[in-house]
Amino acid sequence: MNNYELMVIFTPVLSDDEFKAEQKKYAKLVTDAGGSVVAENAWGLKSMAYPIQKKTTGLYWVLEFTATADFNEKLQVQILRDESILRHLLTKLDKYAVEYNARKRSGVKTGTEKLAEV
Amino acid sequence: MAKNEIKYLTAIKNDKRVKKFCRFKKYKIRYIDYKDVEFLKKFLNEQGKLLPRRLSGNSLKYQRKVSDAVKKARQMALLPYVTDLLK
Repeated sequence: MNNYELMVIFTPVLSDDEFKAEQKKYAKLVTDAGGSVVAENAWGLKSMAYPIQKKTTGLYWVLEFTATADFNEKLQVQILRDESILRHLLTKLDKYAVEYNARKRSGVKTGTEKLAEV
Repeated sequence: MAKNEIKYLTAIKNDKRVKKFCRFKKYKIRYIDYKDVEFLKKFLNEQGKLLPRRLSGNSLKYQRKVSDAVKKARQMALLPYVTDLLK
């Protein structure tokens, strides 16, 4: 069971409840395959640094989950089939990343603030 | 003429080169998050290009982690590939 983090950009055309439905769909996909959702963080509508498919804003959504290694294949197929998704990024989290995310969520200082002034 | 106003022929060079240090080693940062855009911008110049190690002062290991994080952020349109007046 490895830790993964999936970031997805949906088309801004999606209405709010469609956006929620998509989130639930993928979260359910993870739990069905025996994984578990660690955290979910919807950034919502955000303007992008450059237009993707002629759209300048997108609905960002970040999902952190644990899953078996072969689950990514199924997830990839689902995401590529879904045309409401502009772009996605699936990253594997090592133990420092998991600890960083946990600290960031719980509000403990993650140390990057100290770097701010350097 | 002020008493202590001593005029030198050549300006005294007093910009003691401040010792650069790798901030990740010093502050024990182990993971660089690609979602933390404000933090990544410190390693980019105005055009949005990555700063070289000699300017950012990073060690090789963390410079690679920073470049990976910046490239992921660019992929997800959190950071532009090329722009002007990024800051």
